[in-house]
Amino acid sequence: MFLQTLVRKRDFYAGGLMVLLGGAVALDSVGNYELGTLTRMGPGMFPFMLGIVLTFVGLLILGAAVATPLGEDESILPADKQWRGWGCILAGPILFMIFGQFFGLFPGTFMCVFVSALGDRTATLKGSFILAFSVALVGSLLFVYLLQSPFPMFKWGF
Amino acid sequence: MFEQALTDLWYGFGVALEPHNVMWCFVGVFVGNMVGVLPGMGPLATISILLPLTFGIKPVGAILMLSGVFYGAQYGGAICSILLNLPCHPPHAVTCLDGFPLTKKGRGGAALGITVISSFVGASWGITEMIFLAPILVMVALEFGPAEICSLMLLGLLAGSTLARGSPLKGVAMTIVGLLLGIVGSDLETGTPRFTFDITHLYDGVEIVALALGLFGIAEFMKSVNQYSEITTTYSHVKLRDLRPSRDEFRRSIPAMFRGTLIGSLCSLIPGTGPTIASFMSYATEKKISKTPEKFGTGMIEGVACPEASTHSSVQGDFIPTMSLGIPGDAVMALILGALMIQGIVPGPQLIKEHADIFWGLIASFWIGNIILVVLNVPLIGLWVKLLMIPYKYLYPSALFFVCIGVYSANNDMFQVGETIVIGLAGYLLLLLDFHPAPVLLGFVLGPRFEENFRRAMLLSRGDFLVFIKHPISAVFIFLCVVLIAAQIYVRLKKPKVVEEFELDTGGKEAPVPGE
Repeated sequence: MFLQTLVRKRDFYAGGLMVLLGGAVALDSVGNYELGTLTRMGPGMFPFMLGIVLTFVGLLILGAAVATPLGEDESILPADKQWRGWGCILAGPILFMIFGQFFGLFPGTFMCVFVSALGDRTATLKGSFILAFSVALVGSLLFVYLLQSPFPMFKWGF
Repeated sequence: MFEQALTDLWYGFGVALEPHNVMWCFVGVFVGNMVGVLPGMGPLATISILLPLTFGIKPVGAILMLSGVFYGAQYGGAICSILLNLPCHPPHAVTCLDGFPLTKKGRGGAALGITVISSFVGASWGITEMIFLAPILVMVALEFGPAEICSLMLLGLLAGSTLARGSPLKGVAMTIVGLLLGIVGSDLETGTPRFTFDITHLYDGVEIVALALGLFGIAEFMKSVNQYSEITTTYSHVKLRDLRPSRDEFRRSIPAMFRGTLIGSLCSLIPGTGPTIASFMSYATEKKISKTPEKFGTGMIEGVACPEASTHSSVQGDFIPTMSLGIPGDAVMALILGALMIQGIVPGPQLIKEHADIFWGLIASFWIGNIILVVLNVPLIGLWVKLLMIPYKYLYPSALFFVCIGVYSANNDMFQVGETIVIGLAGYLLLLLDFHPAPVLLGFVLGPRFEENFRRAMLLSRGDFLVFIKHPISAVFIFLCVVLIAAQIYVRLKKPKVVEEFELDTGGKEAPVPGE
């Protein structure tokens, strides 16, 4: 019963994440870097200390989670899940990387804006296309000609 | 000393009035004002996008412009709060409480007029404070050894992480994450690559632009997508002549303005209590001392004047610890420090002496910028109101493009766009777990200097931890740290009456967009 309430608390995960992160950092500093002495610290000493402190803070967050009663809204994901929005926002910059690298700034910008605009619930293909085209046009002219960015507007190849 | 300050200020005006510096200042406040008005875009994201573009210009111009964005955005944010009841910028969330009722009564224009005046009053006081206080702080700080610097940074980090919004424990956790991110890259003394996962791109460390844009760009967009409903603009038709407050409104606002200014300047002296806390506190105070507290929330002009004045006085005051000690109070200041470091300038007490043009030029430009803002806001109010109507669905895709190209231009390196995406995703996960990402940036910027001074202090004391208590000045800072922690525990466990009343007064109103 106790555990069942605990795993539904948001702070259980928040604290747990910090404990894991802190522990990993501390172990990694001991294992892979030289600690040195307190007088002459090696590269591992400072991260080792931070890792220990972070683990401790994480444990405190966990402790607070145990001590407080379960709140009303403790689910980690928000009530209305925007999978499409989240996916599109992440896909935008990824497409910018791919298309920018291989085809130039204009196609990269176009794809980035077009796909991320589709993340909005009310977005239409036509509206997103117009937005993407205008941002790509203005943006690439601004950066290539006005700000002299070395990013070519169009290119082809790998 | 008074004369010295005036001579320095005179010199500063000489620097700030150079044509290209005036231009950068204008660009900064204009862009700042614009993004301040746009719902869903904050000064943090904007400064990070503009940061790579400033690499090419001289340090003075770069800093003037980036700072201009910050205080310019404060002018814009008020418009959003008063006319639309949208608390999109945290410091202006309380302005909604009385600003929007005023708009409904048809006095929105007057409220905006009062806002402009109070902002200018608050800002002017903040600047004056900086002129006289910063040199004194510097005189003291120049005597500091590594142990003192270390304790001072510890105090700054602790204050910055625990006094911001949200749980103090989580704030501390985020600061440590920031410090750890600052470690990534080659070790300063031995050159050993640390936490780079054998990726050569990471040998120079995590790029500050990528970190800021991931946390305050991509993560924010993921949080806000589909959250902004249609904006109702029924009340927001404001014409130029509406801006003039009536004689009675003006008379009532003046004392409120000065009280707000005072509270704001007090808040700015404590690191970590930025403009948001200042504005909330001043609203609560104003309500408390008013003869008609029950009328607050129904359109009291004092409820607009006081928080706005305190926001601006604390925004300007925020620059004091940043520029004189090199300790930023919040994420925006951390970014400005980052900009200085990218330009090859070491922040700290020696800055005023070694780079007098930056310091005094910046102060002088604050005045020039604030005057530009007052002049700009009055005739352009119609334009800003139109900007308010740009829907978020057009805004964030365009902003994403600027995020991508901004990060790319930092080093002309596509890898950094990928870095931003990863940081953005991680930042969103942290947001979902109720972590506020602002202290990450604080820790990240201070991290390397903190480690360096810590190592040096330990070397000088031959590994004796007590060095931090043995030096008197350092002991004071450590004592303040302990007081801070004790006060936090007390507030959490006991919840004294003052805090409860304060939460009640401001209606517990919280802004939808965090990260300031």
